[in-house]
Amino acid sequence: MDKNSSHRLKRRWLKVAHFIGLFLAMLVICLPGLWIVLSSLRPTVEIMAKPPVWIPRDISLDAYRAMFGGAGQGGIPVWEYFRNSLIISITSTIIALIIGMAGGYAFARYKFKGKSGVFLGFMLTRAVPGIALSLPLFMIFARVGIIDTHFAMILIYVALNVPFTIWLIDGFFRQVPKDLAEAAQIDGCTRWQAFWQVEFPLAGPGIASAGIFAFLTSWNEYALASQITRSVNSKTLPVGLLDYTSEFTIDWRGMCALAVVMIIPALTLTFIIQKHLVSGLTFGAVKG
Amino acid sequence: MAPVTLKKLVKSYGNVDVVHGIDLEVNDREFIALVGPSGCGKSTTLRMIAGLEDISGGVVEIGGKPVNDLPPRARNISMVFQSYALYPHMTVRENMGFSLKIGKVAQAEIDTRVNEAAAILDLDKYMDRRPSQLSGGQRQRVAMGRAIVRKPDVFLFDEPLSNLDAKLRTQVRTEIKRLHARVQATMIYVTHDQVEAMTLSDRIVIMRDGYIEQVGTPEEVFKRPATRFVAGFIGSPPMNLNEATIADGKLVFAGGQTLPLPAEFRSKVAAGDKVIFGLRPDDIYPTGHGINSGEATDVHEMELPVSITEPLGNETLLFITMAEREWVSRMLNPRPMGAGEVVKFSFDLSQAHLFSPETGKTLRG
Repeated sequence: MDKNSSHRLKRRWLKVAHFIGLFLAMLVICLPGLWIVLSSLRPTVEIMAKPPVWIPRDISLDAYRAMFGGAGQGGIPVWEYFRNSLIISITSTIIALIIGMAGGYAFARYKFKGKSGVFLGFMLTRAVPGIALSLPLFMIFARVGIIDTHFAMILIYVALNVPFTIWLIDGFFRQVPKDLAEAAQIDGCTRWQAFWQVEFPLAGPGIASAGIFAFLTSWNEYALASQITRSVNSKTLPVGLLDYTSEFTIDWRGMCALAVVMIIPALTLTFIIQKHLVSGLTFGAVKG
Repeated sequence: MAPVTLKKLVKSYGNVDVVHGIDLEVNDREFIALVGPSGCGKSTTLRMIAGLEDISGGVVEIGGKPVNDLPPRARNISMVFQSYALYPHMTVRENMGFSLKIGKVAQAEIDTRVNEAAAILDLDKYMDRRPSQLSGGQRQRVAMGRAIVRKPDVFLFDEPLSNLDAKLRTQVRTEIKRLHARVQATMIYVTHDQVEAMTLSDRIVIMRDGYIEQVGTPEEVFKRPATRFVAGFIGSPPMNLNEATIADGKLVFAGGQTLPLPAEFRSKVAAGDKVIFGLRPDDIYPTGHGINSGEATDVHEMELPVSITEPLGNETLLFITMAEREWVSRMLNPRPMGAGEVVKFSFDLSQAHLFSPETGKTLRG
């Protein structure tokens, strides 16, 4: 065998090993999700079976029927939870975006005293785990009387998201050359028009991805929501999952079904903006 | 009708002044170039005229009216940026029509004016492309088109050619000159390239460290530079500048070599004075190979060895060592010449300059 073909063989082997490695990695990432989907379709006996039943034998959509039926399975008010989740996530995302745009633009374009200090402060807030604040938040909210309201959750999620949206949007505005806004001003725009006509459309994809980040954070957040929400008034979907546990039993099938319902909007959104999401992430990484 | 006048214009950042109260009158329809090395304040001055930079002191007048507090959009100017600053999310057509759209001009009128500008700049084929689909030269033309469409009183150019390659630069330079002839507006052009400044402008403003060194026509700044800086800045290769002392009607250089004192300066200097002697490479040439051969009035001849030759085809640059310094000479109609050859050089002293070593100003008076 000459050198050339031995190298070719080696390269082919490496390629195969590469694919096997990738497949294993994909399995690790995707299996839990797949398991949730599968579990939502199987009877509890099969879910709890030992040794596990790998290939489902008895598939039904009963859990979904029960969930949206309202009455069955303890009558968990999924629609209400869904509505709460939507209202809280969308409102908090919009507010966080407005503040994030104003703040990000200011950081990207203007010089002011204590700029880097304030920016660092924002980043530091990201270092504090949200759950550490849950007790003081609970006490304050209880005093003010906003426990178990949409308002309380929106407030929390805006506070949680604003530093991150500012940071991301700052990066995207930095990417838009300053010359463009100046050219627009010479072309007859006011500062405000220059922003909306030129800088905003160019930073748009970035702002959208910041919005998705904020939305997903609010949509998926559990720890704080579990403390502040009490009832159907404000409970969000992640907190609603807990309704499937009762004193002696856990309805795994129902829980998984609800989890699937929760994942779908998040997954759809992420899929739609994945291109911008990646550029948003790498952008933040490079900027430092 | 829009002359531009700067009166005691100052720009400072904190305590640091970058433009030190300059005065300048730009006539209506004049093409003026602001030229100088990086950091001389030329771009800052232009941006103050445009209204993109706050004015720290003094007055900017456009069309006889102070515009200090007017925002850029109210000054009726157009600007072409070094980066072109085309709007990436708009097509060429939209880019060019943007200012009119903002100004709420009727769509039919916008179309007419955009098409007109496109025809002037030969952009018809690219109207529906985005800037990212254009080459550097095309982007440059779109930027100019966007400026024309506004029909401004004053065009401002901020180093518009420095992102182009050498060949394209020459081409677009000619286009800018043609544009000026055609639109008949006042144009202020910032560049660090003295060739651009010389070829394009009616008058050149040479700036240095926030001061104006000289204002004059290309010929004036070339033939009668007001300061040593201008003498060294304008012209390529630069003027030979060397220190000398005056002694009995002669210029004495380091190492004791001498040249006769040019006639024009005999009454301006006294024995013992220190001066900077300047002579362009064009005015030092192997006898018979000069620009003024036969016509020069005050020629001094000297035999000197050539150390390096740089043939350029139509001419050859010769480097000669005299008075412990390297001097550059320009040889027209060159003949082959080797390093080390001793050649008889003519120094055309009627073209010589003397500057004061302290102030840098010309001693011509």
